[in-house]
Amino acid sequence: MEPIIQIQNITFAYGDAAVPALDSVTLDIYPGSFVTVLGSNGSGKSTLAKHLNAILLPKSGKVLVKGMDTAQEENLIPIRRRVGMVFQNPDNQIVANVVEDDVAFAPENLGVEPGEIRRRVDESLRAVGMYDFRMHAPHLLSGGQKQRIAIAGVLAMQPEVLVLDEPTAMLDPRGRREVMDTVEALCREQGITVVLITHHMDEAARADRVILMNRGKLVRDGTPREVFPHVEELRALSLAVPDATELVHQLNAAGMDLPADILTAAECAEVIGGVLCR
Amino acid sequence: MLKDITLGQYFPGDTAVHRLDPRTKLILTVVYIAALFTANNWFGYLLVFAALAAVMIIAHIGPKAVLRGLKPLIFIIVFTAILNLFFTAGDDYIFHWRFIKITHTGVHNAVTMALRVMLLVAGTFLLTYTTSPLAITDGLEMLLSPLKKLKVPVYELSLMMSIALRFIPTLIEETDRIMSAQKARGADLESGTLIDRAKALLPLLIPLFVSAFRRADELATAMECRCYNGGEGRTRMKVLKMHRGDAVAFLLGAALMAGVILLRRVSL
Repeated sequence: MEPIIQIQNITFAYGDAAVPALDSVTLDIYPGSFVTVLGSNGSGKSTLAKHLNAILLPKSGKVLVKGMDTAQEENLIPIRRRVGMVFQNPDNQIVANVVEDDVAFAPENLGVEPGEIRRRVDESLRAVGMYDFRMHAPHLLSGGQKQRIAIAGVLAMQPEVLVLDEPTAMLDPRGRREVMDTVEALCREQGITVVLITHHMDEAARADRVILMNRGKLVRDGTPREVFPHVEELRALSLAVPDATELVHQLNAAGMDLPADILTAAECAEVIGGVLCR
Repeated sequence: MLKDITLGQYFPGDTAVHRLDPRTKLILTVVYIAALFTANNWFGYLLVFAALAAVMIIAHIGPKAVLRGLKPLIFIIVFTAILNLFFTAGDDYIFHWRFIKITHTGVHNAVTMALRVMLLVAGTFLLTYTTSPLAITDGLEMLLSPLKKLKVPVYELSLMMSIALRFIPTLIEETDRIMSAQKARGADLESGTLIDRAKALLPLLIPLFVSAFRRADELATAMECRCYNGGEGRTRMKVLKMHRGDAVAFLLGAALMAGVILLRRVSL
């Protein structure tokens, strides 16, 4: 399968900073996959995200979106239309005073004709489960609802890739669940490629692929089951593994012999139960 | 406490006045002001007042709401009236004592000026009472769009206005939060002389500005991500459309203007 985004050995530094924010990163992202980029603060994960739709351009190396080079000016709009981006603070991404007007902002910018905009706005709002709120004022909604509006605003461009830069960082647990369920459904049901930047391990556990970053470098790349058992390494990067993985790890350290690639409480209960019944 | 400030003056409703196209209402407000300044006698003012009252009744806007809008302007109205009362030249004295002269023309000017200012303000308030700020922005953009040919950035200006409106509640919330934070650290925002209080505002304003700039930066990036590229080649989801009601409203506006012009000829 052709990758939808190809990152070829990119390096990036802010201003004259001596330490690069991204250091020789190479990565292919495949259509329809759910990828999370994990890392602690300052690991370069947000910087990487901003390279995916030409908000930042690499100092060296190349980023190709469907074969289009992000460094070329004429590719800017075609790339941004295909790679939608959602940020941390929903308040700072909503442009209009009415939910549906905000969702219409991107297709209006693209010069889509009015009837089609209406159709896309309704469709996007339904996809995030906010259709009933279309006439509301955004500032009266909860954080999770605002973030879903922000996602709908990007979906109205009909993107192929959705990049989310810590979309749940400012939300309460309920808002986080709302947003994560929405994002996962968009990937599984509509086939949109999702790149989720996060430092929450339980969010990363829902992905097909986890990319671990540290100090601008890509340090690990694999399925959650492949990456999570490296408990000591993750802890060194100040990331907390899911409780189930942690428990199995400690049991193994205490001398038991359980499979280390456990992600959920149910799996954990099953393997422990299996051992106890033996 | 800041949350209690009502934003804009819009009273949502679904009356014939509310349903009018914002462009119609903007134009008719201008017609109303023109009629008000064309009128030169009591009959004229009475007609303008009747028009105002009719719109208030149709829009279900009570006199209380209009009077509340006038309240902050009492000083200006009284001041204009007093200026006109004492400083109108003429020799048809009613009262003359040393340098204080009150003339018939003076009294007439004072009353008509006060009346005009009140009718003017009430009329424009009616526009904001019955039209959402967003609709006004849209209407203005459409009305001013011919200026685009003269390189006036009409779209950008209207976007700035609607973003400003959008961020007012967000920034008020933020101000509330900063105020609480500063009070928690012992800041005293409410006592002392005027200068003391102004100084006490600094620790409030600086974080507010810093955060506003940060928000602006993030918003700009988010807008770029959504393919914002200036006003050119942009379309709108909601296209403003004139209906039969708008035609009726224009006819009534023309009738008001014609009536006022005719009444100019009537002399008391």
